[in-house]
Amino acid sequence: MSIKIDRENCTGCGSCINSCLYGGITLFDGKAKLIPEKCILCGACVEACPVGAIIIKDEKKEKKIDISQYKGVWIIGEHYNNKIKNYVYQLLGKGRELADKLKVELTIILLGSELDENLEELGMYGADRVIYVKSPLLRNYYSEIYVNVITDLIIEYKPEIVLVGATPIGRDFAPRISKRLQTGLTADCTGLDIDQETRNLLLQTRPTFGGNIMATIRTPNSRPQMSTIRPGMFKVPKKMDKKPKIKIIEGKFKESDISTNIVKIIKRGKKRINLEEAQIVVAGGRGIGSKENFKIIKDLAKELNAEVAGSRVAVELGWIDPERQVGQTGKTISPRLYIACGISGAIQHKVGILCSDIIVAINKDPNAPIFEIAHYGIVGDLHKVVPAITREIRRLKEEEKVRKY
Amino acid sequence: MKIFVCIKQVPAISEVKIDRKTGTLVREGVPGMINPMDKNALELALSIKENTGADVIALSMGPPQAEEILRESLAMGIDKAYLLTDRAFGGADTLATSYTLSLAIKKILKETEESKNYLVVCGAQAIDGDTAQVGPELAEELNIPQITNVRYVELSENKIIAESIFQSDEIAVIECKLPVLITVLKELNVPRFPTISGIVDAFDYKEVVHWNAKDLDADIQKIGLEGSRTQVYKIFIPPQKNEYIKLSGTIEDVAKDLCQKLKEDKIL
Repeated sequence: MSIKIDRENCTGCGSCINSCLYGGITLFDGKAKLIPEKCILCGACVEACPVGAIIIKDEKKEKKIDISQYKGVWIIGEHYNNKIKNYVYQLLGKGRELADKLKVELTIILLGSELDENLEELGMYGADRVIYVKSPLLRNYYSEIYVNVITDLIIEYKPEIVLVGATPIGRDFAPRISKRLQTGLTADCTGLDIDQETRNLLLQTRPTFGGNIMATIRTPNSRPQMSTIRPGMFKVPKKMDKKPKIKIIEGKFKESDISTNIVKIIKRGKKRINLEEAQIVVAGGRGIGSKENFKIIKDLAKELNAEVAGSRVAVELGWIDPERQVGQTGKTISPRLYIACGISGAIQHKVGILCSDIIVAINKDPNAPIFEIAHYGIVGDLHKVVPAITREIRRLKEEEKVRKY
Repeated sequence: MKIFVCIKQVPAISEVKIDRKTGTLVREGVPGMINPMDKNALELALSIKENTGADVIALSMGPPQAEEILRESLAMGIDKAYLLTDRAFGGADTLATSYTLSLAIKKILKETEESKNYLVVCGAQAIDGDTAQVGPELAEELNIPQITNVRYVELSENKIIAESIFQSDEIAVIECKLPVLITVLKELNVPRFPTISGIVDAFDYKEVVHWNAKDLDADIQKIGLEGSRTQVYKIFIPPQKNEYIKLSGTIEDVAKDLCQKLKEDKIL
């Protein structure tokens, strides 16, 4: 693949220079000139050129697969001890939307041992079809079985899109499947859409370069188009009246055929914090100042019956437990209310909270990026503002009590 | 026994800055370093070497300046280092990267007539790309099993026992015969620092072997941009969002206002 500039057509307008994030193109002698060491062949300049003087060459010599054979959107489900994970329903919602745009079926694949009771309900979340592979062994996760079974199903049914949760399990089996099928896989996507102008390609958006830049990635020449999706990015859809087609496949796996052997499973004693499913989350960042000061955050959270969370800085400074970290390297959450106290709002943090219904930002710096995504903003000293909010909520509760009597 | 450690050079900053004036990424003058989890992978290999005398080999695919991180790994005590570098490797996605790495591993195995007795260790993910895909894809390419997200490893004879984290509240203890590929987490160990004599050795006596596409006899359809199935379609700075409702006044007013608004939104 290469980029060519047609010097005769080039008007030297400079549009391409502004479009390039890498500084990979410059003007030389009044004409655009490529700087090969900087160019990453992203093609932004090709689109930006008003006269079509920049051409990206992408002639593949390899035999192309017939992508038109591939139809349908698939979700690969995940469960924990046979309880289907919440993010799977979120993916069904998004999957439904994509399937409707493409006018194709939405299928969910599940591998488990005792999921029979849950299959019917998946239709109500949008699935047209459920394929359930059943075996007592599948109570637990086996990398090899997942890879073999899902790859074979993809080869048999030829879906055009396969979506997997970006969880430790999803990120374990999905890359191997994509390799076996020699197709593209985009990791940890935060947004998905269909580009209806260009052959119905899947547009997969994810943060890149540590997070302050977003990249949209496509898989134009191979199928299926595979992505892992960050849990918490989409809402669980409203239930609809739909009955899915159900296909149950009895898996005949033997433990002795698998190269990895689960010796035992150790429960970790810690109480599980479920930030992902919390309705209200109150979070603190660098502005909190110390571990002791986190008390005001905890007080407010208690009054709101909310979970406490922290930014990466708060976690790194040891002010709060790593399990409570929100953002790119922590949890992605979608509460009804998110209150960010003393969090500047680096993009890594923002991608973790974008799906919140209401975001309240409290920060002393009026230019803090957190305000860009806030619904309500308070510029001020959080050490005063937060306790005042706590007091006001307490007062309202008292008032409520009095009214009841 | 051989242990292959795959490492990556990443920018030594947590986020790449954007020059708002020109709209380009500021990449010059950003120092490179070994991806943090890859250091844990190196440490694991070195501690196994101390107990078993295994032969430890570090591999990296990248531009010529990635030689620095291989020198550093030599200084930590790695036996041999290979840099896979070629313009043709540029623009690789994880599919192409894992193919290229697999060629080097296969070549070394063949040259040393080792076929089964080896372990591949990768960091669970890199801090710049965050994909966590190269490890599993490399295992598939080598046709060996994998254990990802490992936080503890024990090696005995020709098998390993690893603790892997797939659920936040449980640890799976998994056993597997060699060869196997594992990807490791930060909590696995504390990477050692290079010693002075290690640094002297690394720069004066040890060698970083450079291999290009031809040395690896690579299929050019499978490397670099050509071998990539994903394509960056657009790179953009996320749009700055609409105006928010600014609450101001005395602290008490602000608190009251906020609660009022949240009531209207039916949250309180």
